[in-house]
Amino acid sequence: MASARVDASPIKFHAPVPGSLPAPERELRRRFLEEAQVVPGGGRISQCLQCGTCTGSCPVSYAMDISPRMVIALFRAGQIEEILRSRTLWICASCYMCTTRCPQSIKITDLLYALKRTAIDTGLYPERFPVYRLSKNFVRVVNRYGRNQETLLLLLYYLRNPLGLLRLLPLAIAMFRRGRISMLPKKIKGVGAIRTILRASKEFELPREKEAVPYTEGMVGYGAVGKDQPERTS
Amino acid sequence: MEYLYYPGCSLESSGKPYDESLRAVFRALGIGLRQLEDWNCCGATMYMSVNEALSLTVSARNLALAEQAGFRDLIAPCSACYTVLLKTNRFLRESPELRAKVDQLLGQVGLKYSLGVRVRHPLDVLVNEVGVEVIASAAKRSLEGIAFAPYYGCQIVRPERGFDDAEFPLTMDTLFQRLGAKAAYFPLKTRCCGGMLMTTFPDVCLQLVKDLVECAAENGAQCIITTCPLCQVNLEGYQKLVNKKFGTSYQVPVMYFTQLLGVALGCSEKELGFHRNLIPWRAPISVLAA
Repeated sequence: MASARVDASPIKFHAPVPGSLPAPERELRRRFLEEAQVVPGGGRISQCLQCGTCTGSCPVSYAMDISPRMVIALFRAGQIEEILRSRTLWICASCYMCTTRCPQSIKITDLLYALKRTAIDTGLYPERFPVYRLSKNFVRVVNRYGRNQETLLLLLYYLRNPLGLLRLLPLAIAMFRRGRISMLPKKIKGVGAIRTILRASKEFELPREKEAVPYTEGMVGYGAVGKDQPERTS
Repeated sequence: MEYLYYPGCSLESSGKPYDESLRAVFRALGIGLRQLEDWNCCGATMYMSVNEALSLTVSARNLALAEQAGFRDLIAPCSACYTVLLKTNRFLRESPELRAKVDQLLGQVGLKYSLGVRVRHPLDVLVNEVGVEVIASAAKRSLEGIAFAPYYGCQIVRPERGFDDAEFPLTMDTLFQRLGAKAAYFPLKTRCCGGMLMTTFPDVCLQLVKDLVECAAENGAQCIITTCPLCQVNLEGYQKLVNKKFGTSYQVPVMYFTQLLGVALGCSEKELGFHRNLIPWRAPISVLAA
């Protein structure tokens, strides 16, 4: 938890003061908001009504520890570290049902991707969850050959989970006998071009959303609700 | 008529029957398919979770190559490729800053992309461009007697709102009903199959696959028709594990929509790659008049 760390902010109260956050939490929020800014419409997270349509639409919410609605609620409550350490981010199958149905047009799936990238960058993802490993191996294979080689990817992945491989063996054999497993990876001609793009993209930064709001303390707690609404004049 | 074709990595191995049957269907309709020269991986969802900027550039390379080949439409049959390429196109169109950056990167490898390519799903091309009536008049066999579950999966209708409704698409229903088949009641037609969760969280994913197969079987579907290589492998390849885990005994054949379409168009079983299917698929087909 964030409170276990050294708090660099000057606030010395024992009870949490509404609207103020410990320094690590502040830093994590800053990073996440930066990632969220590259999502077109990412700033709409502040418009959440907490209606729960996302959680109700999600086919895998039953297996999550924090439901999609709670992710936004926790973000508002200043508990972003808890989100980053959750299994939710890694269980999302990226089917976009929540995004399609959200009455406030919040890009929930893309925001979960932003959280995922924040978690990877800050090293806060749970080690025992294998999605990160699969993604890493996928990128490795594609960078090397220009295309994904399913066989190689799965072998690399299951190297650290031989039991899982054993369970899949009958399927693998059946697929192999029907010519649905390619054995020899081949490189595309343009793999040099891919690598050039890769190298050059190290300094590549995505343009940020212009209307995105920079982080302020008012974004936490009750103050965050409806704060982007235009003021009523009647 | 000729289209440019981007098979995608899955169609080279586990999705081979999709590749074969798609080519057979286009051949039977007299439409040319030319494979995009030296295409690379679209990046899929994996790439995006590690580095979004890179995933956009890598997939933009394919669009640049397609433009260079002088085609307006690029057919991407894999749902993930379709979504990622479509998304890249939209991002580049909506953000001039992003386009400038991507152009700069592509320039380093001697490529240029000026947004002249439309990404299309074969289902979209067949129904909305070729036309249901043209296909029906080219059909050599009626599909009467087959009840199918039309399974669209998530990515071809979401999130880019392509050619059909995000919750209740009807493109496949219309096409196959015109050819004589009966669409079974299948409310889970756009529910997620779990995708790569089968590798990372198999227990969560098996539950999703069970729901889908159960829904199809309970509603009297003799087969499930899919548009995505990953859905097909999850639903077909893992049915045995579902049966083991839940004590069920499902054996519902899962075909690519191009395979069933090829049957109506009179293509041979070998042409359509049926010999590569894992679950016995002959039962629903055998009821058809020759």
